[in-house]
Amino acid sequence: METNLALLLLLAPLAGFLINIFAGKKLSGNLSGTLGSLAVAVSFAVTLFFFLQVNNTGEPVMVNLYTWMKMVNFDINFGFQLDQLSLLWLMFVTGIGTLIHIYSISYMHDDENIHKFFAYLNLFVLFMMILVMGSNLLIMFIGWEGVGLCSYLLIGFWYKKQEYNDAAKKAFIMNRIGDLGFLIGIFIIGYLFHSVEYNDIRNIIASGEADIDMAWLGIAALCLFIGACGKSAQIPLYTWLPDAMAGPTPVSALIHAATMVTAGIFMITRLNFVFDLTPDIQHIIAIVGAITSLMAATIGLAQNDIKKVLAYSTVSQLGLMFMALGFGAYEVAVFHVITHAFFKACLFLGSGSVIHAMHGEQDMRNMGGLKKVMGITFATFMISTLAISGLPPFSGFFSKDEILMTAFHHDKVLWIIGSLASIMTAFYMFRLVFLTFYKDFRGTEEQKHHLHESPGLITFPLIVLAILALVGGAISLPGSSWLNHYLAPVIANPAQHHALGTTEYMLMGIAVVGALIGIGLAYTKYISKAQVPPQDSEITGFTKVVYNKFYVDEIYMAVIVKPIYAIGSFFKNVTEAAISGFVFGLGRAATLIGAQGRYIQNGSVGFYLLIFVLGMCSVIAYIFLK
Amino acid sequence: MENILQEIGIDNYIYLSALLFCVGAFGVLYRRNAIVMFMSIEIMLNAVNLLLVAFSTYHQDAAGQVFVFFSMAVAAAEVAVGLAILVAVYRNISNIDIDNLKKLKG
Amino acid sequence: MDVSFILITLLFGAAATYFVGDKWASRAALIFSTAAFAATLYVIYRYNLGEGVSYAHKWISNPRVILGFQADGMSLSMVLLTTALTPIIVLTSFGNLFPKSRAFYALILFMAFAMAGTFLAVDGMVYYIFWELSLIPIYFIALRWGSGDAETRKKDVVKFFIYTFAGSLFMLVAFIYLYTKAGDFLDIHLYNIQLSKTEELLIFLCFFLAYAIKIPVIPFHTWQANVYQKAPAAGTMLLSGIMLKMALYSIVRWQLPIAPNAANEYKYFFIALCVAGVIYGSVLALKQTNLKKLLAYSSLAHVGLIAAGAYTLTLDGLRGAFLQMIAHGFVVVGLFYAAEIISRRYGTEEISEMGGIRIQAAKFASMFMILVMASVALPTTFNFIGEFELLYSLAQANIWLAVLGGTTIILGAFYMLRMFQQVMLGDKGGKVFADVTFGEGFTFIIIIAILIFFGLYPKPIIDFLTPALQKVLLNINPIN
Repeated sequence: METNLALLLLLAPLAGFLINIFAGKKLSGNLSGTLGSLAVAVSFAVTLFFFLQVNNTGEPVMVNLYTWMKMVNFDINFGFQLDQLSLLWLMFVTGIGTLIHIYSISYMHDDENIHKFFAYLNLFVLFMMILVMGSNLLIMFIGWEGVGLCSYLLIGFWYKKQEYNDAAKKAFIMNRIGDLGFLIGIFIIGYLFHSVEYNDIRNIIASGEADIDMAWLGIAALCLFIGACGKSAQIPLYTWLPDAMAGPTPVSALIHAATMVTAGIFMITRLNFVFDLTPDIQHIIAIVGAITSLMAATIGLAQNDIKKVLAYSTVSQLGLMFMALGFGAYEVAVFHVITHAFFKACLFLGSGSVIHAMHGEQDMRNMGGLKKVMGITFATFMISTLAISGLPPFSGFFSKDEILMTAFHHDKVLWIIGSLASIMTAFYMFRLVFLTFYKDFRGTEEQKHHLHESPGLITFPLIVLAILALVGGAISLPGSSWLNHYLAPVIANPAQHHALGTTEYMLMGIAVVGALIGIGLAYTKYISKAQVPPQDSEITGFTKVVYNKFYVDEIYMAVIVKPIYAIGSFFKNVTEAAISGFVFGLGRAATLIGAQGRYIQNGSVGFYLLIFVLGMCSVIAYIFLK
Repeated sequence: MENILQEIGIDNYIYLSALLFCVGAFGVLYRRNAIVMFMSIEIMLNAVNLLLVAFSTYHQDAAGQVFVFFSMAVAAAEVAVGLAILVAVYRNISNIDIDNLKKLKG
Repeated sequence: MDVSFILITLLFGAAATYFVGDKWASRAALIFSTAAFAATLYVIYRYNLGEGVSYAHKWISNPRVILGFQADGMSLSMVLLTTALTPIIVLTSFGNLFPKSRAFYALILFMAFAMAGTFLAVDGMVYYIFWELSLIPIYFIALRWGSGDAETRKKDVVKFFIYTFAGSLFMLVAFIYLYTKAGDFLDIHLYNIQLSKTEELLIFLCFFLAYAIKIPVIPFHTWQANVYQKAPAAGTMLLSGIMLKMALYSIVRWQLPIAPNAANEYKYFFIALCVAGVIYGSVLALKQTNLKKLLAYSSLAHVGLIAAGAYTLTLDGLRGAFLQMIAHGFVVVGLFYAAEIISRRYGTEEISEMGGIRIQAAKFASMFMILVMASVALPTTFNFIGEFELLYSLAQANIWLAVLGGTTIILGAFYMLRMFQQVMLGDKGGKVFADVTFGEGFTFIIIIAILIFFGLYPKPIIDFLTPALQKVLLNINPIN
């Protein structure tokens, strides 16, 4: 029964994918969209069933299908593990997934390849579910690479434009760099524990019997973290995520904000018992997370593309989550993942609604005053912005505050960095809101004429997500956290939760004041002074460096990509020619010897006979005189 | 038979056949006329035959003489084929000087 | 019915194909190759029941040569690869109107015969004869039906022939030397000879030369790209899909068990050489402007990894090598077929002249995409299974080797996606590109189905291979 239900969970999106890919052309756009949404909705329903069951019993559901691979030291099962953690992820993957599918029916309505869009989205949901459901690292890796593939397909969905394809390719390749780290991590884990099943590893560690080589375990953790960096867009592998905004906006919302990019956090939380043993790596994680958070927030300050701002904000928020992971506060990170999924999906979908109204325009300098026409979009967007800025009582306040509180108790420097990033977040998010929704419209007359509120299929998901962004914090209120209690079975060493004392209230106060400062700055600049960001050519000084994302892409290009091409040219023109020349040289040497040697064969019978006789004589002489 | 050997001595046979062989060999090497070369080859063959017969007697073993018959038969066959080739060559180039047969050079 | 029946079917098929004439040759070839495939399946079925399917017959008494064909997991799986790919390769040639097609198809079947013989042979001399026999048909196929300028093609094909043949002669020398020690050519007898250290190293190197050229391992690879490019698609598929597997198979079957001590002593050197080939091939693939050459260099990278896995002398490495051989065989045939379809329709193999195919041919683009993904070893494709085991075995030998070999998953994605983008995506307009026909689509779907099925459920093949590999390993690592 449970096996069948778990399979249904996976087969529903698979069926949606297959129908849409094979028969999609014959279906109308709405029908294929409905099928796609239905498939994910079915998965959501099944997830809900399991969620309630596991929440009641506390016993994870284990499904083992068959032995997939055999290694000398261990077997790898094709098995799934539905426990508290994976179900939590499944809940918002399928839940938000359903909403975004519904949204896409309307958003992608005019696209000629809409059936493919839904096919890819379904495929993505399938792989994402495999990722979180797997009972071992290899199954997670299937999903891990699979979502990378879907991300590639969806970023490059409008494949006629080569820039989009470039972005897709970049995303896939950068992810693969991380994937190599992940693979190496799996190798070492397999080597150390003779298993890649989470439960086995956890039991071995818990029993304390096995003599584990800590140095290797540290390297394994580092490699796994590199994998997480690739998928969750952390320094140095984050540059693909902003480019990934080339994809249709629902994709950005689903894959590049709410679900796929949290896979790295899922993985580290999943393996919390491993990371707990390697405090050095945890420290690295915290530092990388904090720096990523600050750097992405800084870049976000100067972006003018509405989706780019959101993209950098995603990177920044993910950085905060990694910081929490680095402090061993896994529940806190998970909490922020969930609230972030709500408000960031809402923000992206809202920006999609704006872009939809603006007919593809994404530059905020050409927007403004949309509040009057797009009431619902504005309201939901505003709620989510307040949430991400960390103002109470919105969900983001609780989760972000917990991260900062944890940081304060572990490392004051990182706390300052995190707080700075939060203030910047508040600033650039309100900058976005003010530029987009307030003041007067700055676009063309034609665009102005077309401005309209989006249809119900678009606004409905927005409203749902906005409500969630508003109340989502309730799952882990300070002091009485449902989430911490729920996650307790899967986290080996729960973080110490500090009782709410003066320090804690003071920290909350600082966070709120910080956010208000950010908002205030944005207000003075963009409402009171009514500034509009300058055109590209007028940007100068440090702003230009920030606007150009610290030239990281250019540096990567010059330091990594170009040299590889140069080596390729060297191999092609020098090495290949040299080896080939040597081989041909052997042939030429033979020809040369022949060319000289043929003069001995002068055709004179008498000469041949003379040589013959001389040869005979020397043989005889050799025999007798030996 | 034995007295012949006793009278003349095996070494003289060896000298004679060596001499004959050398005459034949030099003939082959020195002369350019194919017919003469053939004759020289025959002399070499017969030198060997003589030696075979001499040793056959010396060892009291008839096998050597059997060999001589073989080699004479082979020599006859060889001459037949060789002369036929020479006739064909002569028909083509109107002489049988081997210096003119250089088409096989590499 | 034993394994010799497979060989007879192929040989008879070759003759029959030749005699039915040009018009029916392709169909006859398809029928006979499918029959051989069916025969292989039946033989495997019987083998799994535990019945004897090996064949042995006295052939030459001096030197002692036994016409023996042995069936075990290793040889049967490779024969299965051969006979499964042959009908596919025949199918891919259906769209081409070759002159003298009866000779062409007969040679394909003859080649399959020779390769199957190589995989099955239990006697070193018989093995060597089949090994060289397989060179003859591919030489004529590439020379007679290849593309491009006839003179340069001749130069490249002759180079290939002489190169591989020269390498094989060293192997012959090694076999003759071993014969003087063992008294016959039977593999198990050859495994058990006691050799001095120097002798073993020399024997090992002789074998290595033959195999390194055939595989090819750098720096013996220079024949490869040109021949792959100029041979007709079927020839390239035979070469890359099956023939180079002969050499990889032979490493495990002959080289390692005969010279185990040399293999153990110098394994890091050979692994490093093969891994260097992985990176070298990948980087070179990035710079290729010709589609078939790009695929050739990508093949160089992949087989480098397979060979590296084989030289780790661990069960994981050998098993990974065999799995990846099978997977690579299918994927490379599929990729070259895709390249062939493009060059048939566009009349060019230059990547810069392609583009915008996906707009016109969505089905073709999807299938090509899946093959590209299989080639870069995406999990759920068969290639991932092989690559995972290979990299795992390398990681056990030395973690840095795994990291270096693992760059193939990054660089592989790099050059394959770059190629896919330039060839398929974008919007160039202009050139017309018809979507796949039924026959073409059918061929692709077979390949893709195999790749995905075994990617999800590789257990049958793993279980089939493992006992034979364990047996070989006993000869390689007698101490363990």
